[in-house]
Amino acid sequence: MSDKRKAELQMYWRDNIRVVSFLLLIWFAVAYGCSIFCIELLNQIQIGNVGLGFWFAQQGSIFVFVILVLVYALWMDRLDRKYDVGE
Amino acid sequence: MFLDHLLIVAETDPARPWTWAFVGITFALYLFIGWISRVRDSKGFYVAGQGVPAFANGAATAADWMSAASFLGMAGLISFSGSDGAVYLMGWTGGYVLLALLLAPYLRKFGHYTVPDFIGERYYSETARIVAAICAIFVSLTYVAGQMKGVGVVFSRFLEVELWLGVVIGMAIVSFFAVLGGMKGITWTQVVQYFVLILAFIIPTVAISRMLTGDSVPQTAFAFGDISQRLNEVLAGLGEEIYTEPFTRFSKLNVFMITAALMFGTAGLPHVIVRFYTVRTVRAARYSAVWAIIFIAILYTAAPALGMFARFNLINSLHESKITSLTVEHDGEVKSFTFPAESDAAWKWVQEAGDDASLTYAVTSKAGVPLDWATRWQNTGLLTFDDWNRDGTISLKLQETEADGKPVRKSEMAKIDKDIIVLSTPEVANLPPWVIALVAAGGLAAALSTAAGLLLVISSSLAHDLYIRFVKPDASEAEKVLMGRIAILFGIVVAGYFGINPPGFVGEVVAFAFGLAAASFFPAIFLGIFSRRVNRAGAVSGMIAGLLFTMSYIVMCTADKVLPMFFESPVITQEDWWLGISPQGIGTLGMVLNFVVTLAISSVTPAPPAEVQELVENVRIPQSMQDNKSGVSDESESA
Repeated sequence: MSDKRKAELQMYWRDNIRVVSFLLLIWFAVAYGCSIFCIELLNQIQIGNVGLGFWFAQQGSIFVFVILVLVYALWMDRLDRKYDVGE
Repeated sequence: MFLDHLLIVAETDPARPWTWAFVGITFALYLFIGWISRVRDSKGFYVAGQGVPAFANGAATAADWMSAASFLGMAGLISFSGSDGAVYLMGWTGGYVLLALLLAPYLRKFGHYTVPDFIGERYYSETARIVAAICAIFVSLTYVAGQMKGVGVVFSRFLEVELWLGVVIGMAIVSFFAVLGGMKGITWTQVVQYFVLILAFIIPTVAISRMLTGDSVPQTAFAFGDISQRLNEVLAGLGEEIYTEPFTRFSKLNVFMITAALMFGTAGLPHVIVRFYTVRTVRAARYSAVWAIIFIAILYTAAPALGMFARFNLINSLHESKITSLTVEHDGEVKSFTFPAESDAAWKWVQEAGDDASLTYAVTSKAGVPLDWATRWQNTGLLTFDDWNRDGTISLKLQETEADGKPVRKSEMAKIDKDIIVLSTPEVANLPPWVIALVAAGGLAAALSTAAGLLLVISSSLAHDLYIRFVKPDASEAEKVLMGRIAILFGIVVAGYFGINPPGFVGEVVAFAFGLAAASFFPAIFLGIFSRRVNRAGAVSGMIAGLLFTMSYIVMCTADKVLPMFFESPVITQEDWWLGISPQGIGTLGMVLNFVVTLAISSVTPAPPAEVQELVENVRIPQSMQDNKSGVSDESESA
């Protein structure tokens, strides 16, 4: 493997880490921030007939999780193409 | 055990012919799929030939993931935990995000058959491989016993078949498609089982949602219907905790600790990880993760709605119901009293019979509808009433009274097992008999699909990781498949035995399996991918530290249940919980300890050998490195 290619693969891995860190930051903020630590605060806002904190804890967080996994797959497709590491 | 009481279901039940039909059709389908997907080679047996499409693997993963507990138990748990029920909802789905982003694609690239394979190669240690294989077998066996018990419960409640026979029928079905088809047979039956279980969960939930809120979509009725307010008002009237109020069941700290333990624990469950080995490429692994979480979310976003509906419905039908007769069974003698005419005689007899008499109340609702289902569930022992104020009605209101000279607050529903919520909801809501039958078939699909996935892990750990590796490394292809088949049969027999005779600790261990997995597996796999520097000494000491710490805390908190022969009460009681952390949440701390020990020991011991570091580099790139040596991709990059 050429040195240039080696450097590219390192860039690929660094970008990969960035993507995952960014998505997991949202994961943490929604699951632990909105749904546990700030639940009382968010419960003062209503969504439909329930508090926003309660909604995040029981349902909203799950919708966010689905989006995170989808965005990850699409984003990694772009990275795979950019660095030409697809199979 | 209450399970014995399940056998005494006396009433005839209009749902029974439907249940036989649905169970018969679905089981015939599973057998047919098992037959057409039978395999001959070990790659087909352990990883379905690595050719499963992303969509199908998504459905199979969802069925694998959602166990009898997700289907039968979770909505009931949420129903009685209110807002704090979120620990289960978020814990089990949030862990899936970790699996999809941090583990699945890289393990697929690694490309061998099992999790112990990865641990063994990455930490260049046969000891680590053996320890991982034993952990995988232990976790999977306790888990699979729970699934078999679930099969037995459904059979005995809905088909009046004895529990042991139900378990044996379940074992026979699983052995057929798992032994013949291995992972391939399991995969395609799981795809079908997903659709059976999701229909069985969604149809009654939609029906109840319409009935209570007028909205056919339970997911939106949950927040936008007025059911939460009505439920809160009803609960306030009964003196119970407000449903949507957080931290009534667990403290804030424990909600955090338990959610984290469930998340990191589920991410490390071997039977789910293995599913990602079955797809063709890394990209397909990512997309099957997308499909799987969509399929899982359909159930998981409806479950909190069902929890609310079920609680409301149950209170609404049972509260202030009138007793029409009371049957007292004592020393083999059965006496029946009609109410209110013979109530004085009844209470006098209850007084004489004493505490060991078993009482069955026949009741009608406030509106005068006879509640036959309440009688049927009392017969199973999972629901009990006690009209302690002797006024001829069952009140669910918490009232002040005295027990053993101490003031207590209690209602007249003496006991309700959370596991009956999903199974009883269609009956409580008076849905047609075929819906009740569908729920039974769905419960069986959920239990069998998870059981099959777990059995494959047991089989591959025994045959592939231990026997073929250490006893017979020169085994031919035919011998490898034969060993796999024998190991899976062995797993089925052991699981069936524990399903019929559950040892007391199984229930406890299942509840804590996630914490143990979080404290052992997750850090080892995660660091094995994301750090080149972590070495054998670090990983092994980290796993041992995390596991020992978590296990000893759990054992000390539950000593009376886990080791009843040595302890009468827990070594650590709830008042003395360390920093107030419950044993369910301690796995989070065990995991942190594992990370700290692994990183500390690795930093003071030599780096792993060059070929292991190369392996780590290799799993991080989706493309196969061998194809790359010619430098073809360099040209295409510049082109």
